[in-house]
Amino acid sequence: MKARNIALLAALIAVPVVASAAEDADLRTLRDEVARLRETYESRIDALEKRLAQAEAKAASAASVAAEAASATTSAMAAAPQPSAPVGTNAFNPNVSLILSGLYNNLSKDPNGYRITGFHLPNDHLSEITPQRGFGLAESELGISANVDQLFYGAMNFSIHPDDTVSAEEAFIQTTSLPQGLTLKAGRYFSGIGYLNEQHAHTWDFVDAPLAYQAFLGGQFNNDGLQMRWLVPTDTFVEIGAELGRGANYPGTGRNKNGSGASAIFAHMGGDVGASNSWRAGLSLLTTSPQDRQWDDMDAASAAVTNSFTGDSRLWIVDGVWKWAPNGNAYDTNFKLQGEYLRRRENGNLVYEVNAAGLDSSYAATQSGWYVQGIYQFAPYWRVGLRTERLDTGTVDYGRNNGNLLRPDYAPTRNALMLDYNPSEFSRIRLQIAQDKSRQDVTDNQIFLQYQMSLGAHGAHKY
Amino acid sequence: MLNRSIKSLLAAALCVFALPSFAALNILACEPEWGALAQELGGDKVSVYNATNAFQDPHHVQAKPSLLVRARNADLVVCTGSQLEIGWLPILQQQAGNPKIQAGQPGYFEAAQFVHMLEVPSSVDRSLGDVHPGGNPHIQTDPRNIGLVAAGLAKRLAEVDPANGAYYQARYKAFAARWNAAILNWDKEAAPLKGMNIVVHHKAFAYLENWLGLHEVAALEPKPGVEPTSTHLSEVLAELQRQPAKAVIRAAYSNGRGSEWLAQRAKIPALVLPFTVGGSERAKDLFGLYDDTVQQLLSALK
Repeated sequence: MKARNIALLAALIAVPVVASAAEDADLRTLRDEVARLRETYESRIDALEKRLAQAEAKAASAASVAAEAASATTSAMAAAPQPSAPVGTNAFNPNVSLILSGLYNNLSKDPNGYRITGFHLPNDHLSEITPQRGFGLAESELGISANVDQLFYGAMNFSIHPDDTVSAEEAFIQTTSLPQGLTLKAGRYFSGIGYLNEQHAHTWDFVDAPLAYQAFLGGQFNNDGLQMRWLVPTDTFVEIGAELGRGANYPGTGRNKNGSGASAIFAHMGGDVGASNSWRAGLSLLTTSPQDRQWDDMDAASAAVTNSFTGDSRLWIVDGVWKWAPNGNAYDTNFKLQGEYLRRRENGNLVYEVNAAGLDSSYAATQSGWYVQGIYQFAPYWRVGLRTERLDTGTVDYGRNNGNLLRPDYAPTRNALMLDYNPSEFSRIRLQIAQDKSRQDVTDNQIFLQYQMSLGAHGAHKY
Repeated sequence: MLNRSIKSLLAAALCVFALPSFAALNILACEPEWGALAQELGGDKVSVYNATNAFQDPHHVQAKPSLLVRARNADLVVCTGSQLEIGWLPILQQQAGNPKIQAGQPGYFEAAQFVHMLEVPSSVDRSLGDVHPGGNPHIQTDPRNIGLVAAGLAKRLAEVDPANGAYYQARYKAFAARWNAAILNWDKEAAPLKGMNIVVHHKAFAYLENWLGLHEVAALEPKPGVEPTSTHLSEVLAELQRQPAKAVIRAAYSNGRGSEWLAQRAKIPALVLPFTVGGSERAKDLFGLYDDTVQQLLSALK
């Protein structure tokens, strides 16, 4: 209370204009106020001086008490408080955040031998997207991030997988100091292609990634390399990005070669429509050159075979998201509509049954897929969502191997309904019911129950 | 011919890229009160964009594309701080590619550093709700804080845009004079409010209570940021039997369910205070914000 009076006094003294501008009545009130303040102020100083004198008398503890009194005097006179400086060696510790997630899955069909009909995923990616029955750990993450110095920001995300393996999902440094809307990133990062790809699994609105992401990107595409983004200096949001990287992950493969194995370019546009709506749309192209990308398959004679592809892979993604909240206040109710269309063209050579003789042929495939989802928050904490998706096996030409390999005429689909409860920004409990027809002749009715919690540093989420 | 067209193309390109540097100082204000203050101090030398409006809860804002582009072009970002914007501002700073607005740079201004923070927790734990380690961030409910922040902001404007330093200082002096006179006026008007019992929706009015000597009997949110539950509302109603309150108040962006429920049963008015500039018909500027706040509170005494 007193500190504020003194602040007011200081302000009054510092701004004599007030007095000259004010009318007579106000002037009198002002003078009275100032006089009153001066009185309290002086009596306070007197009291402090007395304390100081007493303190000085006490020889033993003189120094400490005097210091205390002196500091009290100083803080009483300061107009505004100074922020207290953090002390100790911990002060520079980075932000640490932990994501905890677990699942209970009830699947009507045996997930053993799961595959997306017509799409050739390498074994390790296939096992990652294959749902498990019963209880299990979902992707739990440990994230560490901080500014490195005045030029760089750094972050790392470890992901603990259900099978007890740990991987570094992201580990990158990023510039914060380049001018003109430029940002450079280096290390391992989620590629900026599409809309969902850059977002961590714990921010997804459904338990699993869309089928199209699973079929074309193995779930989510991260890359070791370099990324450059440029925010164009316009009033509408326009962002252009380019990436060069190793491309070791599906659709690419590890390579023993200098130079880049994966490149991506993407452009995003976005803006507001009134106070209640905002949107973003994008177009991306991911180019990889897989070498000896192997997958297990059934051939035309129903024998288990392993095939391999070497060539070029180009994936186009068109993405869009529209968000609505009354007056921009998403707290009570809001709606999000999101959709992406992915189209991949692969050209190169195929080896049929690498474990036996191996029959070479050409390979050309154009395949596509899309998903659309809507999420509606109908009350604080409660959201309901619907996702519908479909893949098109497209045209696949195995050349000389057309007789050996199957080309199923089947369109995998999946529909999911979810309801989640978010008692705070940091916790979420979700129920998802899905009908999965990603395998030909199999209709899997799925029930997922999931928790997702975050603790530690308050994460800021991307749009 | 070709040469000339290349030259004119180059000239056009130069115009496009050079234009922003001739224009006014671009200010991105995280909340409307700081936008209004920046406009008061900056006059026609600044161009102000508010990231949020009075009907948005500043805790829950998204780093949407329109904000990213404003952050990219900003010379100065003016925010409350004390982690009020922690859910979205760091993303803007990271993705905008604008070195000027990074934490620690003159182009990033935190109002909370210029005032005495209230409700600074001695320890923090998320089980306590949405607590802010730096103290209650809703500092704009006390006009004296606006005065303190104005002094800091005027200095910062001069630092970021030294060419117009004298202009900002002169505008600050004129504003401070009007502001201090207005505060004295509000103090006088609001004298009867001293000791008035109130119920708040969110613990967002600590500074207002401290300024006017209001007494907060209860909060509708059982914990900061946690939606009122029926059990807790009944407890608040019971508390009002012991300590009757004159009004239940909430910010323009809070939903009215809890307030209206309580107002009906306790037979007290539910007041929607503007909370920031633009939060009510009368709160068109900073002066209107406190005019309306004081008048509404006084109306509850009648």
